[in-house]
Amino acid sequence: MGKELIQKSLKDSLFTGIIALALFGPIVGLRTVAKNEVLIVEPKWLVVLLIVIFCAVGRFFINLYTFKKEQRRGEPSSLGKAISNFLDEKGAQIAIGAIVFSIIFPFMPFADRYWMDIAIMMMTYIMLGWGLNIVIGLAGLLDLGYVAFYAVGAYSYALFAIHFGWSFWICLPLAGLFAGMFGILLGFPVLRLRGDYLAIVTLAFGEMIRILLLNWYELTKGPDGLTGIPRPSFFGLPFKRYPDEGVETFHTFFGMEYDPMQRIIFLYYLILILALVTNAFTIKIRRLPVGRAWEALREDEIACKSLGVNPRNTKLTAFAVGAMFGGFAGSFFATRQAFISPESFTFIESAIIVAIVVLGGMGSQTGVVLSTIFLIGLIEVFRDFESYRMVAFGGAMVLIMIFRPRGILAKRKPTITMGKQG
Amino acid sequence: MEYFLQQLINGLTLGSVYGLIAIGYTMVYGIIGMINFAHGDIFMVGAFVALIAFILFALTSIALPIVLILVLLIAMVFTACYGWTVEKLAYKPLRKSFRLAPLISALGMSIVLQNYVQAAQGARIKTLQPVIQGGFNFFKESDFVVTLSYLQIFIVLVTIVLMSIFTLLITKTALGRAQRACEQDRTMTALMGINVDRTISMTFIIGSSLASVAGVMFVMYYGVIDFYIGFLAGIKAFTAAVLGGIGSIPGAMLGGLLIGLIETFWSGYISIEYKDIAAFTTLVIVLIFFPTGFLGKPDIEKV
Repeated sequence: MGKELIQKSLKDSLFTGIIALALFGPIVGLRTVAKNEVLIVEPKWLVVLLIVIFCAVGRFFINLYTFKKEQRRGEPSSLGKAISNFLDEKGAQIAIGAIVFSIIFPFMPFADRYWMDIAIMMMTYIMLGWGLNIVIGLAGLLDLGYVAFYAVGAYSYALFAIHFGWSFWICLPLAGLFAGMFGILLGFPVLRLRGDYLAIVTLAFGEMIRILLLNWYELTKGPDGLTGIPRPSFFGLPFKRYPDEGVETFHTFFGMEYDPMQRIIFLYYLILILALVTNAFTIKIRRLPVGRAWEALREDEIACKSLGVNPRNTKLTAFAVGAMFGGFAGSFFATRQAFISPESFTFIESAIIVAIVVLGGMGSQTGVVLSTIFLIGLIEVFRDFESYRMVAFGGAMVLIMIFRPRGILAKRKPTITMGKQG
Repeated sequence: MEYFLQQLINGLTLGSVYGLIAIGYTMVYGIIGMINFAHGDIFMVGAFVALIAFILFALTSIALPIVLILVLLIAMVFTACYGWTVEKLAYKPLRKSFRLAPLISALGMSIVLQNYVQAAQGARIKTLQPVIQGGFNFFKESDFVVTLSYLQIFIVLVTIVLMSIFTLLITKTALGRAQRACEQDRTMTALMGINVDRTISMTFIIGSSLASVAGVMFVMYYGVIDFYIGFLAGIKAFTAAVLGGIGSIPGAMLGGLLIGLIETFWSGYISIEYKDIAAFTTLVIVLIFFPTGFLGKPDIEKV
């Protein structure tokens, strides 16, 4: 460690301190609070001081130990490589292990209500991630408005179930169909746009759907949301402690004690099956002509056009299929919550789902699972620090992009190769 | 007619705000080809800095014109720091990465900024007492009085002044030349001995300062802000940038004015609940039928 290096680092950390002071000074240091209807400023200099010292000292040590140590970014680091190699070799066993684990999960001794709720939430996100993976990962279309289809699925399920009294198993495919139709409707005009323009337009569509849900009071009850959405039943057997006269329930039919966990466990298996169906569908369709066309289109649109693939129709199918799975997940969400309002379908949900897909490694089904566990786990861990958890979430997005721009599982095995795979 | 005139005045004021934000989008897109998703949130930070500065200055007895200038300067300096840091932390490491990486990183940065401000300043909406009051009234005899407030005059004037300075900066100075060169070919510019990294940093600093001025105006005009204002304003300003032709600076200003007018006329004549739909619909229509905008260059696809 030369003297010059220390001097340089000191200078740099001083600069970092000044910048940190400028950044955090006004926003953190001068908190505006309302007092008697008038805003006053409440100084918090100690916090700022701590942050500034932390930044400067941190920068100093980073400089000392990794100064000028050029690491080539964008290349998978050795740890990531090891993980993806491991997953490649043992992929099948791990997948089976994971499925077995998720099947026996509700009967684990620690699986109480809290864990089951988290598991159901994670499964929902995994399903959404797998659905969006068709659009982003396979077809390469960045969709920032995926939550719109989730919302369409949830609302169409809720409206069918409330107004017509149809059962879950009739409403579910209808909701999927509806969401898929919306996908075609929205996708049709915009799918010839380039990557980032498409992203913004889909974002706009997502917001438009939300504003529509918020203001179309006659249909959606606006911000009040829809309540009393019927819970799903086990092939006609409801989960109720005190059922209506003459109705057999789940626990009486099987001669068990009533336990609210029965419904939770049923919901868990429901979303597990839905998610696995999504996954199986994706794995299967990758080997079919349309799946191959999606992946080819992602790699080179012009080459595809010259080989006679119709880009618009191919993209449209990807968009619609992805939307359909979003709709399925939406109807599950509606039946699980029994209450939906536009609040649940904000842009941040889309951002979370996109983050799950992209950070997992686009196109990687295992990556989606890993990044869901990581990101949703991160949000859960920070649950007690309500306002900081999304900061941590956004920060994680940036960091993963910087250190592993291709996602956690960066290596993508080609679906098909010429000759022997080497 | 009077009603129309009033909407026109309001629309031009709003359009000035959007135009100033749109310049940041268009400059960054021109120079590094990415949509700076966090730009709307930079605008929001600018509005918060301005709010804090206004509250602090209200305790002193400095004359109003000086307060205005000071607030503008303070907001520009502090917000520029944010723009600079965001670029250094989240975009610079990804400059050679694949196309969607900076967009995702920008999305993450936008989430960070929003929630950081929420954590530091609280989630409630903040109200600022009107700073400039009064105005001219026209058509006093008719049943609809048209008001042109001093604040609106101030906003439009500041926008015109800033735009002139900014245009001079781009067309006449060495920095502007470097920026225009970077837009055309970054490698070649670097070979000519221009510090490309610094030029890009300067772009972010200028863009953020202009957005912060828009933030100052927003907080003065509406008097109400929260940590979420950057999202909608960002999308609308982006629409403005696309409408004017992304990459074109006069286009951004023109697009901003148009979006401001569309939004005001829509809420004035059609429906105020769906006023955000107007901006989104414009965005979709423009991108589908008109992707190069008014003053943009056509995008040639190369194999």
